[in-house]
Amino acid sequence: MEPVVELVDVVAVLGQFPVLAGASLRVARGEIVLLRGPNGAGKTSLLRLCAGLLVIRRGSANVLGVDLVADRSAVRSRVGLLGHSNGLYADLTVADNVRFWGATIGASADEVLGAMQRMGLDDRLADVAVSRLSAGQRRRTALACLVARRAELWLLDEPHAGLDAAGRDELDAILRAAASSGATVIVASHELERAGSLATRVVEVVAGQVRERAL
Amino acid sequence: MNPLINMDTRATSTRFTSALGLATLIGLGWLAVFGLFLSPNDRVQKTGVRILYIHVPSAWLAYLAFVVTGLASAGYLWKRTRSLTLDRIAGASAEVGVLFMGITLVSGSLWGKISWGTYWTWDSRLTTTAFLFVTYIGYLAVRDLGGSHEQRARRSGVLALLALVEVPLVHFSVRWWRPLHQQESVAKGKLSDLMLFTLFVGLVSFTLLYVWLVMHRQRVAALDDMVDDGGLDRALADRRSEGMP
Amino acid sequence: MWAITRLLAGKDLRVEMRSRVIINQVVPFAALMMVMFAFALDSDTVLARVAPGLVWLAAMFSLLVIVQRSFALEAADGALDALRVAGANAGGIFLGKALALAAQLAVLEVILLGAALVLYNSHIVGSGIALLVGTYFTATAGLAFVGTLYGGLAVGAKGRETLLPLLMLPVVAPVLIGATRATEAALGTNGATATDGWPWVGLLTLFAVVFGVGGTLSFGSLIDE
Repeated sequence: MEPVVELVDVVAVLGQFPVLAGASLRVARGEIVLLRGPNGAGKTSLLRLCAGLLVIRRGSANVLGVDLVADRSAVRSRVGLLGHSNGLYADLTVADNVRFWGATIGASADEVLGAMQRMGLDDRLADVAVSRLSAGQRRRTALACLVARRAELWLLDEPHAGLDAAGRDELDAILRAAASSGATVIVASHELERAGSLATRVVEVVAGQVRERAL
Repeated sequence: MNPLINMDTRATSTRFTSALGLATLIGLGWLAVFGLFLSPNDRVQKTGVRILYIHVPSAWLAYLAFVVTGLASAGYLWKRTRSLTLDRIAGASAEVGVLFMGITLVSGSLWGKISWGTYWTWDSRLTTTAFLFVTYIGYLAVRDLGGSHEQRARRSGVLALLALVEVPLVHFSVRWWRPLHQQESVAKGKLSDLMLFTLFVGLVSFTLLYVWLVMHRQRVAALDDMVDDGGLDRALADRRSEGMP
Repeated sequence: MWAITRLLAGKDLRVEMRSRVIINQVVPFAALMMVMFAFALDSDTVLARVAPGLVWLAAMFSLLVIVQRSFALEAADGALDALRVAGANAGGIFLGKALALAAQLAVLEVILLGAALVLYNSHIVGSGIALLVGTYFTATAGLAFVGTLYGGLAVGAKGRETLLPLLMLPVVAPVLIGATRATEAALGTNGATATDGWPWVGLLTLFAVVFGVGGTLSFGSLIDE
């Protein structure tokens, strides 16, 4: 089966600093891969690279069948990156935001509504401005935007941060549901104890490189 | 890699630039001799006319520099001729251009004080020059924003082309704004043959100076970029050994 | 591209409708400038003479503030990054943001002109109305295009607050000159007549077209990493 992500010895640089120093990674469709490792190891950069945001200095990278060295931009509309920031407009309501991001790929009103329901954003929350939401609610709104955008590859950076226990379980369920419906998920997280139940595979990121690791 | 750089010494001078530098020096020496001693005083401006021998060549050099920046930027943005050397030439040329545009403005206002009795006048050529000066200072600031070499080249390339488009817009708007502009500064028949010859020496030697400066500056920039790139292997080794016991 | 344009413009205007930052903060700032000009110049005859220039000067400074706001919106929560990840057409982003910017600027300019008529005792000449409208549209378009172009260039940069005026103000100088002269003609300032103004509208149109086309084509390479 064609892998969704295939990185071979990728080197990427921010300023003069090599954030990725020869990273190799293979991810198959439907997997939930957990990236773990110390701060500054390159987890975030790995996710941004897969989203087509970093210039590849050496090595090769193929995401969703797109050669990132040749054309980084072609992959962008098909992946969803949820970084430390949510990419939400604080002055707009939850529904406004989901509708806006859905509209970037021409999602219908039904799809937008469906995305919000899947993330548990009910009518009560739909018309609340994002600036008045809790951290967890913002995360859910951002995830709803990914669903509305029909992202095939979910790249999530510390998605559990700022969520309470119930919120974390909920998020795990959302990610599992996404994976079983054909999406592929890569999660960067500190929390190893969640990995056993959530991830199909754990990968260690150290010093800008990737090391496979058994569960 | 830049074939023009002597990789053994990492010096930016080659036999060609040394010869060019020597020619420039001789040219500037001539200019000093002719400009300060051999050329006669002007009937009206007296000895003040000598400022022109600096002013006109530096204005010429500055405009030449910005045209080169524009062309090199266009060359970079055009996919088939894309190379970072062109981007560095654009940057080097703009740096030299800004310097000489500053000299042009200062020498021009000194000359203006002598011949028109005022340091500044809202003449279209003057105003356009002042705007160019500020615009290219902005251009240099954008080159310093950081990011990858390619990002720098793309951003500043677009900016340089926009600046080229902007120049005529500024020029014509100022010209219409204050239609009463000053007469040409070098009116025909006003300058004697020796004066014209001195001016010619100035133009030639400043052009040589420009080429010499840009070549060196471009090579220094190439070395800078090489330090950034060449450090990569060591930086990678450092990075990989992070967290090792 | 047009879908993204509509989407972005609609989004920016909706943000303004909900936050009212322009109405509540920038409009009072612009009005305050008009009052300050009066303090600085301190002469009714001088004020009436330079009123058109002051209107456009205030518009230009307000533009700086609106552009900062427009791109702070995108930078605050990584939305511009997300837009790039979403593969949104860069030309569309440019036109959409410029459109929203132009709409906000247009409202502001009406208020500034009104302030000039009231505070500086200027009058619109009957034959100057068409000229005034023409100036208004072309100058606003030019300002909005330049603002969006340089706002997008500076958005990711450190020290963008200080870089933006340095980059933008020299470029909009022709708009300031052209719009001022055309407005003088429309208001009959210094005995100018409406026919004096139309060549300036031509220049403003050229300016808007150049930066509109240039921005649409180049915006992608300006905002990409």
